[in-house]
Parts: sequence; C-alpha cells; structure tokens
Amino acid sequence: MRIAALFCILLVFAFTGAPRCEDASEQEPPAELFTHFKINNHIDEIVFSELKDRMYPPSETCSDEVFLRRVFLDTLGLLPVSQEARSFLADKSSDKREKLVANLLERPEFADYLGMKWGDLLRIKAEFPSNLWPNASQAYARWVHDCVRDNMPYDIFARKLLTASGSNFRDPAVNFFRAFQERTPALIGENAVLVFLGIRPENTVFSAEQRLGIAAFFSRLGYKGTEEWKEEIVYFDPDAKPFLGPDGKEVLPRFPGKEPLSLGPDVDPRPVLADWLVSKDNPWFAKCMVNRLWYWFFGYGIVNEPDDLAGAHDAWSDELLSYLEKEFVAHKFDVKYLCREILSSNTYQLSAAATKWNEEDSDGFSHYRIRRLEAEPLIDIVCEITGVGESYQSMIPEPFTFLPYSQRAVAIQDGSITSPFLELFGKPPRNTSYLSERNSVPTAAQMQHFLNSGQIERKIEQSRPLQQLFNFRKDDKAVINEIFLRVLSRYPSEQERKLAADYLTDPKKKYNEAFFDIVWSLMNSSEFLLRH
Amino acid sequence: MKNKGKGILRGRISRKRFLRSAVFGAGVLLSGFIDSKAFADIIEKKPKAKSMIQLWMWGGPPHLDTFDPKPAAGRDYTGNLGRAIDTNAPGIKINQALPLLAKQADKYAILRGMTHNNNGHETAAYMVQTGRKPGEGLVYPGIGAVVSYFKGQQPVYKSPLPPYITLTTPQGRFSECGFMGSKYKPFSTGGDPNREPFAVEGIVSETVNDDRQKSRKDFLKEIDSFARSMMSDPLVKVLDTGQQEAYSVILGEARKAFLLSVESKETRDLYGRNTFGQSCLLARKLVQQGVPYITINYRGWDTHKKHFEAMNQKLPELDRGMAALISELASFGLLDSTIVWWSGEFGRSPKVAWEDPWYGGRHHYGKAFSAVVAGGGFKGGTVVGKTDDTGENVVERPIYPWDLIASFYELLGIEKDAKIPNVSGPSVYANPFTAGAINSKETGGILSEIMPS
Repeated sequence: MRIAALFCILLVFAFTGAPRCEDASEQEPPAELFTHFKINNHIDEIVFSELKDRMYPPSETCSDEVFLRRVFLDTLGLLPVSQEARSFLADKSSDKREKLVANLLERPEFADYLGMKWGDLLRIKAEFPSNLWPNASQAYARWVHDCVRDNMPYDIFARKLLTASGSNFRDPAVNFFRAFQERTPALIGENAVLVFLGIRPENTVFSAEQRLGIAAFFSRLGYKGTEEWKEEIVYFDPDAKPFLGPDGKEVLPRFPGKEPLSLGPDVDPRPVLADWLVSKDNPWFAKCMVNRLWYWFFGYGIVNEPDDLAGAHDAWSDELLSYLEKEFVAHKFDVKYLCREILSSNTYQLSAAATKWNEEDSDGFSHYRIRRLEAEPLIDIVCEITGVGESYQSMIPEPFTFLPYSQRAVAIQDGSITSPFLELFGKPPRNTSYLSERNSVPTAAQMQHFLNSGQIERKIEQSRPLQQLFNFRKDDKAVINEIFLRVLSRYPSEQERKLAADYLTDPKKKYNEAFFDIVWSLMNSSEFLLRH
Repeated sequence: MKNKGKGILRGRISRKRFLRSAVFGAGVLLSGFIDSKAFADIIEKKPKAKSMIQLWMWGGPPHLDTFDPKPAAGRDYTGNLGRAIDTNAPGIKINQALPLLAKQADKYAILRGMTHNNNGHETAAYMVQTGRKPGEGLVYPGIGAVVSYFKGQQPVYKSPLPPYITLTTPQGRFSECGFMGSKYKPFSTGGDPNREPFAVEGIVSETVNDDRQKSRKDFLKEIDSFARSMMSDPLVKVLDTGQQEAYSVILGEARKAFLLSVESKETRDLYGRNTFGQSCLLARKLVQQGVPYITINYRGWDTHKKHFEAMNQKLPELDRGMAALISELASFGLLDSTIVWWSGEFGRSPKVAWEDPWYGGRHHYGKAFSAVVAGGGFKGGTVVGKTDDTGENVVERPIYPWDLIASFYELLGIEKDAKIPNVSGPSVYANPFTAGAINSKETGGILSEIMPS
C-alpha cells in the first residue's frame, strides 16, 4: 500500500517532470540540477562531466520497480515472476540493485539472451544464406552459449573462432568459416573485420590493398565432406593455391601498414592473424566489444552506428570509451565484469523520463533510452505470463525440426527457425552481421497484431495461470495486484486499482471477459511493450 | 575532437525527428534514402500494371503435368497424365489436368523456356523471386518487397491495408525483404479463407466483437498512464500513432476487403471451396482495394514420392482457382492493370521415378521449367520458349529469372535506374541488368515478344 502510493507519486514526478517552458534550449539549466547525481562508479564520473559540459542535467535515478523490469529485460530478455518482484521491492538493503545484477549475470537465461545476440552477429542459421545446416547450427549455437555462460575471456573466444579447425559438428567454432554464401578469403576477412573490429567494408580506414592483405590470412582454408551426412571438415590446407589479387598477382598475408609476411608452407596463417587482431595494441578490438555491449544495454552506442567505429561520427565521449576499453583489457577481457560495471552505474539506472532540460539530448545518456521490446523477448514474456507456449518448427530441410512447446524464442539456436510473430516484430534474418538488421521500431501492423490477433487472444483465454487467478475472484484487489505484478512487475496505483476494479465489476460486462480485457489492456500498454 | 556545448549539438537532426521520418512515409522520408525520381516516374507515366498477384507453388510444380505436356514422350515421362488438350488459343495445348484453365488461355502467356540450373529449394526460390544469383555478398529482396516499396507508399498508395500481403503464411526459407530490412516484409493473414469466419491476424478477430473491441480500446486509453505521461518521448509517440493507425483498420472500412461472406455462393464456388481457391478470390478483392502485391503461398508441390496421387488433389484446385481468378479479373476490367504470375522455384524432373522408394515421384528440376504470366500488359494466347521432346532441356528462347523479373519491373513502371534502400549500406539498383549483375551468356533478354512496344 505504502509502496504503491509512493510509486504513484514517483510516477507523477518521473513522467511529467516540471511544467514545460516554451524553449528550454535558449536558457541555461539551473546549476542545482547538477548537484545531486549519484556516483556509483567511474563510468558515472565521466558521464556526469560530459553531461555538464553539454549542459544536459541528468534525469532522476529510476525507481526500484522500473530498475527491476529494465535489468531483467536487458540481461535475460525475461520479466521477473511476481514473487521475484515482491521480494525485490520489499528488500530494504542499500546494495540490492548490485546484488540483483550479480545474480542475473549468473543465470542460465543470460547466456541464452547474449547467445542470441551472438547468433545474430555470427549468422547462425541452417539455411540460406548461411547454409550451416541444422546439426551444425545447433552445435555452433550451443558452443557460443557455453562460452557466454562460462564467461570465456573475449580474446580467447575470438581467437577460437578465428583459428578453429575440424568437424562442423564436433568443433563447432569452425562454422565461423562456413556461414558464407561464398567462402572466399575476401568475404571471410571482411566479416572478421566487421565482427571483431567494428569496421565496415566500405570504410576507408583500411585500403583495398590492406583488406586483401587481411583476406590472405584466410586463403589456406580447406573444406571437405565425410561419410557422415552433412558433416564437413574445415582444415588448414598447406597445398592451397596462392591467393591472387584482382591484378592476378599473388597477395601475401599482411597486417595493415606492415610489410607482407612470408609464412612457410606449413604455417597456418590464421593464428598469426589472431595474435594481431586480439592483441591489446590493436586499437579496434576491445573498443568494438565495449561499444557493442554498451549498445546492447543502452540501445545506443558510445560511437554510432555501433558497428561503424571508423565511420563519420565521433564518439560521444572518447574518455568513456577509452576508460571502458582499458578496464576490459585490464580485467583480461572479462565480459561479465564489464556488464556488471555498466549495469551498476547510475548512468544505466537513470529514469527514462526526460526533463525539459535534457529532452533534446538525442545522442547522449542523460536519460534512459526507450525502445520497443525485441521480437523474441516480447513473445517470450507473453508466453511466460499466460503459460501458453509457442510452436516453433522448421519444415525444411528434412528432417523436420520440432521444438518443444516450452521453447523460448530467445533460446532458439537456429536462425532459420522462426514464426510469423518473430518476423513481424523484426527478428533479424541473419543475412549479414550488421546490428541494424534487427528492427525494433513499432509499426501499425505490429500494433494490430497485439491489439487484435487470435494468437494473443488465445494465449490470454487459454491461460491456466490466469484461470487460477480468475478463480480467486472474491478478492478483486488481490487479483488486480497480482495482474499488475505479473504483467508490469509493479503494484497498481490507487487510481489504477480503482479503474480496474470498476471495469471488473461493471454489471454490463461478463466477469470473465472483463478479467481478460484487463490483462489484454495491460499487455497492450506502452509500459508493457517498451523497455523503459 | 568533441562537440561540446549545446549550440552545436542541437543543430543536429534530433532522434525525435529521425524516428518520425523513418517510420512514417510521404514527404518526411529521409532525403537521399528514397529515390524520389522513381516515385515521380510511377505517378506521372501511369504504367499499365498497378498490382501483381504471385501464385507461388512452393516446392516446385511439374511442368509436364501442367503447362508443358509431352504426350509423345510415353508413360515414363507423363505418368498417368499423358494427354494434352486444346485450349481456346489456337495451336496451344496444355495438360488434360487443367480443363478450366484451357478455356482461359487467350488471356495468359506460357513461358516454357524458364531455366536457371539450380535444384536447391532455397537458392532456386531466391533466384526466381529476386532475379539475382546468390553470392553477391548482399541478400536481395524479393520482387514483392521491391514492388511494395515503389508502389506501396504515399503518395502512390493510399489504402490503410498493407501494400504487400501474403496469403496465408510467409515464405519461410528466405527473407522476402532481404537487405531492405523488415519494414518491407509482407503482412501474412494467417487463418484460412475457406473457414467461416476467416480470422485475419490483427485485422478481423474471431472472438472479439466491435462493442467489446471499443470497450477495450477505451479502457486501454484510461489505464495506460505511462503513455500519457511520456508522450513527449519520440518512441512512445511512434507506438501511440501505430496503435491509432491499427485501430483505423481494426474498426474501419478497409477490413471489409477480407470479408468473403459478402460474396455470393456462386462466386465462392467458382473459385473452389478450398484454401487456395478462396485465397484467389481474396486476392481479387485485395486488388480491387488497390493492394499492389499479393502472394498466394500454395504449399505442397515438393512431391518426390507418390507424385501423381498428390496431383489428383492439387491440379483440380489449381485449375479452378487460377481460372476463376483470371476470368474474373478480366470481367471486372482489372486484368489489364494486374499481373498474375504463376511459378514455383523450379519444375520437376520429366522422367518419372517409378522405383522404390518413390513409387512414381518427380524430383527437383531447375534446368527447364514453366511459368505463366497474365495481364498487366502481357500478351495472352502466346507461348514463349520451347523444351525438347521430353521437357528436359530448353531448346528455344531461354528465359532466366532476371529476364522475367526485369520484364515485370518494366510493366510496373519501375524505371531501369530506380534504386532500392539497403539498411546497411548505399542504395542499390533494383533492375538486375542495370546493376550489371547479369552475365551475357545467361540471359534471353526481357520478354519483349509479349510486351507492348
């Protein structure tokens, strides 16, 4: 009760802010707006000083309710169950947010969620255009998942991908070299540069000649089949033909800006490339991952586009980028450490409600950036709330793949396995490694689906957990509290509870329909559909 | 080099404006992103073809058992479908299995010279529908996405219905939108038009009537305090506008295009009371609403085993539905402005596999197959290309997928130098020939013999 009332007040403040004045951009923000920013770690110190320089005072720190939902969605792609929400909200300890972050990063769903994002980057897919074939995609995705789960240092992860040899089923990292329509050294090199260095093919930071030099490291790769159906061995082929450039002359492996290397015929060039690529002196390697991770959590990179580090746009803060980069290297490329630092910062925990003083801050971090939920977590949480699963299957190629009803979309390993819902809500086709393949901008067609599809309707109507709650109808207040907790991870405000109770007890409505309508409404609310 | 101080930063395009322009069409689309000349061309030159219906036979339909019969080749080739019948177009015969289509042959052209030499579903489907070979390092969009890009946005297109509709499920296997991004994906209806009521995902609900719909809508507005207090956020605004647009369809007039129950019993019977037939009827209704691209995804043509048993069921459905569609479009005066395209990703092997375990099967065959085109300016009562006596090789006038796709673009008024957007790089020529993607040995040229000069 007290929490609800408090939250109600918070809502009013957080969401409306002070009265708007006509043109805030002409005035200086009052100095006191810069005095109460909480500093949780060094990230905050840098961000705060950047915001001060730009004269964008940060928004308030978000409420516990908002933080809980946000951090669950950003790390697991899941909502807290109502018991988790109750106990977190009731916890009085001052370090409960940090504790929650630490717990979430150790949960298996974290590896599913981050594994999905890696699956997008590596284009893990049975069919066109990657054509890894089902067994190999499963093996590859599982391998990536386990690397995330075990927090394999990122440099080792990259090295394993870049140097793997063996069977596509038994040494899954070799699929890195198979996920191409055409397995040419040029395309493989281009992709490695994009994925690990954040440099796009059209970018001139590397000349065409330098790119060829990188491609040459992948020119001694061989592929051969085995007796087992669709098994393929990727191997270092000492007898590979010399790699020729467009002018017909042989191109030797060569690091950008360095002399060509003449490696002996029995030397696999890939480990040599990996040494250079993951070395802490490479100016792009750590930066690329740090920026990508920041993008995953904030929906916006420190440099944008987040996979165009050498593009037209300067970093929002060079200092922030290089601090994170140094931390990452100093902690031996520990990804979870970096996640913890970012998620524990007050910067990450700012309210999404802009103030009149920072609403124009379109490329910085003065308030949390609102985004639509991604396709996979969105359908997963609908399934989670209603207890009604989805059927995912791949009819092609044979043999068909059927996944159990309890399958979460986030954890689908093979990008070829999809559903009309996932397609409609912008799941990336895994055609390329660009982060922009994922589209999370809301469209009218998506809203139509949520507002009026049989799919969503059936899930609500056939939900056993909701039915159980419905059977509890003698206590409307408890029912409404529980619906809010399950759907929005918070208690309703007094006013919301009254609105819902009036709707539920309206004599003109059937109780069961009114009950479904309330669940339906909360699921169609922007608070539900958006990450905030 | 940091940009500090508000003056400089605030001059940039704000996220708010960027999102608005990225999501909503017309004049606010980002400059440079949209090829405005291409739109102007489409408006000014008024091309004949306004809409296109793709009858897509997923799995690969048999050319010998449909539009390229070889009665003289014997039972090892023809199986149980060994007779060819006359059509209403002089000198043109098609398989006995398609008697109703035989009466409409004056309205369509049979393309017997189709070839691409690829026997893999995904790759062949990609080639036939994008007009590109795989492996250029880019994944091209299918023709549906391209057509809906040029003809499905303001100011060319005004209906609230989606400009690219798939009946009733998406293609699977390959991404229709390619590098153009998921904004250009088709809308799939779901449901079954042969069932009553036909529930169209998101548009026509099976269980919620209009009164309850309105009551929910009002309650949602009241309870959504987040939206009210956050409306100054650009994304909250986008979501809100999306919901309003959605309701204009859910509670508006446009949804009536999906109401098959308003059609007479005779009309519904004419198309055949099955999912494919009723989808054809629905396609006609959507064309009447101006929808530029409709795909009917007709599954079940991948008949390696017991092929002829499957054909006994499928060919009559195909015959009835497609014949009704073409004849109705013609009698409504819509055929001149609507292209109908029948094809699969390839044909099926002319020689029947009688042996165990196929028991009369046909396998994938990309070396020679047939497609059919009608309307939109294509000359009916014609045949283009020819296969040999067994239907195994193209002997005259080969037609490659890019020849066909480029012909469609021409009739639809998509200029040769028009470009399509690429979400992760510079925009790209839509026309495969302009893009220089075509090897001169692998083209028969566009179908000028059946197109208006």
